[in-house]
Amino acid sequence: MAAVTADRVNKIYRKFASRRKFQTLKSAFLSGDILRAFRPDETFRALHDVSFDVGEGETFGIIGQNGSGKSTLLKIVAGISRPTTGTILHKGRISALIELGAGFHPEITGRENVYINGIMLGLTKKEIQRRFDEIVKFAELEDFIDSPVKTYSSGMYMRLGFAVAINVDPEILIIDEVLAVGDASFIPKCLDKIHEFRRRKKTIFLVTHGMDVIELLCDRALWLKKGGVQRIGASKMVCDAYMADVTQREEVAMEALAAAGETAPESAAGEEDSRSPNRWGSREIEIYEVKMLDPQRKEKYVFQTDDPAIIRIKAWTRNKVTDFVFGIGIFNTNGVCCYGTNSHIEKYDPVAFEGEGTIELRLDSLNLIEGTYFLDVATHRRDGQPYDYHRSKLTFRVHSKIKDVGVFRPVHAWDFSPEIRVKAVVSEAAR
Amino acid sequence: MIVNQEPRFKGFSFFNRSEYMFKNLATLFKYRSLLQTLVSRELKARYRGSFFGFLWSFFNPMLLMLVYSLVFSYILKQQNPETTPYSLYLFCGILPWTWFASSVLEASNSLMINSGLIKKILFPAEVLPLVNVFANLVHFLFGLPILLLFFIYYNYETPLTPFIAYQHPITWYILLLPVVMLVQLIFTAGLGFLVASLSVHFRDLQSILGNLVTFWFFATPIIYPLSMPGVKDSSFLKSLLHFNPMTHVMEGYQSCLFYGRLFDWRALGNTFLVSVALFFIGYYVFDKLRDTFPEEV
Repeated sequence: MAAVTADRVNKIYRKFASRRKFQTLKSAFLSGDILRAFRPDETFRALHDVSFDVGEGETFGIIGQNGSGKSTLLKIVAGISRPTTGTILHKGRISALIELGAGFHPEITGRENVYINGIMLGLTKKEIQRRFDEIVKFAELEDFIDSPVKTYSSGMYMRLGFAVAINVDPEILIIDEVLAVGDASFIPKCLDKIHEFRRRKKTIFLVTHGMDVIELLCDRALWLKKGGVQRIGASKMVCDAYMADVTQREEVAMEALAAAGETAPESAAGEEDSRSPNRWGSREIEIYEVKMLDPQRKEKYVFQTDDPAIIRIKAWTRNKVTDFVFGIGIFNTNGVCCYGTNSHIEKYDPVAFEGEGTIELRLDSLNLIEGTYFLDVATHRRDGQPYDYHRSKLTFRVHSKIKDVGVFRPVHAWDFSPEIRVKAVVSEAAR
Repeated sequence: MIVNQEPRFKGFSFFNRSEYMFKNLATLFKYRSLLQTLVSRELKARYRGSFFGFLWSFFNPMLLMLVYSLVFSYILKQQNPETTPYSLYLFCGILPWTWFASSVLEASNSLMINSGLIKKILFPAEVLPLVNVFANLVHFLFGLPILLLFFIYYNYETPLTPFIAYQHPITWYILLLPVVMLVQLIFTAGLGFLVASLSVHFRDLQSILGNLVTFWFFATPIIYPLSMPGVKDSSFLKSLLHFNPMTHVMEGYQSCLFYGRLFDWRALGNTFLVSVALFFIGYYVFDKLRDTFPEEV
């Protein structure tokens, strides 16, 4: 039997034009129709025909970009706000961890707040008494429970809020991105508690941006896009589809960025450009176009870690040049140079360059770890005197299923002797 | 246990609508322990950190009474024999009025102040204005012993008493006080619901209310009796005052405490009906606007 059923849930918010933002009693009277003040004149559809069934004991993840309606949906599931149209049915006590410690009063002690918060969440005094020690222990606040909550650090505040909410012992637990705020020792405790809930066959709704958490914890997932259900199904499948969409969106954004940074050969020598802090040099040779491509020569700025890539540089010169070097540098967001090379280091001695030309650097496999990278390109004399240096000319992203660390991912393979038995998890991740 | 959460009916017919309303009203009773907890939180939080703490609930009315006594015994001497001792008469009205006025003003802000609760957790919003009404009721109850002390001071011979009036002893009619309080409670709660829900949409209401309550104070026989010549002779003022439900509530207090006689039960009975009507209207408006609270506060 389904624990939660949503049937064509729509949520429409009123959107205020600036005129209506300051709607007042006076203006409502003056306009003659007080009821009109309650009528929205511009609306925003936060949820669009959302339907789903969540079975008892199921862990259900909700993913989507910021503003896709995740929190609105959770609030509707929790009963905090109501759908504009459509129905939502659920059975059993719900506890929503949407904001931890909502309703704590700063002036009174943690002990009193536990009681008050517990009652607000639907417990009786006796039930709280029974669970009080457990709550305090879970929150690790034994020494501070009799101090006013206003003296708590934000971490203590959050821990106490989580401890109370999780001890409500709900049939349905709703968790909205609260795992993002705990410290390294508290998050595993929260995850343990969530696992315990799963073992006890409770229904859990989980919203998070951590795809690994969704894949780890959830049986099924729902991907919301602009308020509508984009996909619903096994969490792995939904997460992959979502990540593919994110990748595609990033690609579009990066291409736009690359197009904006492009300069035509004629305007390259313009005055503004020479003063730009990200470009310098004598301009005897000018780089006027840099692109990243896939082997089919299609522009591409978002890669998987083992994807091949081509960096194509187009340059031109007015006069014949006999001393030149072309180079690139890949930097991560911390400004660390992950890799840098040039034609001189790699033993290509310059002979002559005249007119317009193209240089392509082929990388068979990027082998970078996940992250955003900046590409520097330059041409200079062998002694290092720059002709044209572009700093952070391009931005590209690398995705990886494997959460390895460092700046570089050498090609590698694991070998284990027979005494050490391992089992490879076959998935796309180990592709 | 199956809790079906039906979407609240969107009001095609009044009867359907009111059926839901009564269901909601019934749940109000379910929330009494929540109400009790929040009232005690409110009271605890108010004086937390002050040296005298809860004693301030006694000190405040006492100091107020002392100020009035000083002013009206020595500076603004009142001649009307009906309201002598004047500070005692005044206090019989001011104490319940403070309950009423503070409740309404605080209730008008209650949803905005507690927006965190309404937005973030499943919380019965109707409890919030009631918390203000009941917290101020508790303060009123704390004021009563102080009032009784002053009754003793004015009516019984003590070494401190400068003159003995014997005019206004405490009578058995004081036992009717809960009846008057009940009428006021229902009236205040109804008004509380109304202003709390309307203030969410019209923030100006709070400023308007501040002034309206002051006007209301003077339009209620608290600092003057109904029998004052200026009121008695003007039929317009008289009907205006009789139209004001708080007039009869205040008269009820003054009858039970100051005059020691039965209140005008017919007038108070009518006021009771008005209060009940206001309560339902207030709750109806509150209930109708309820769905907009999470988005508007």
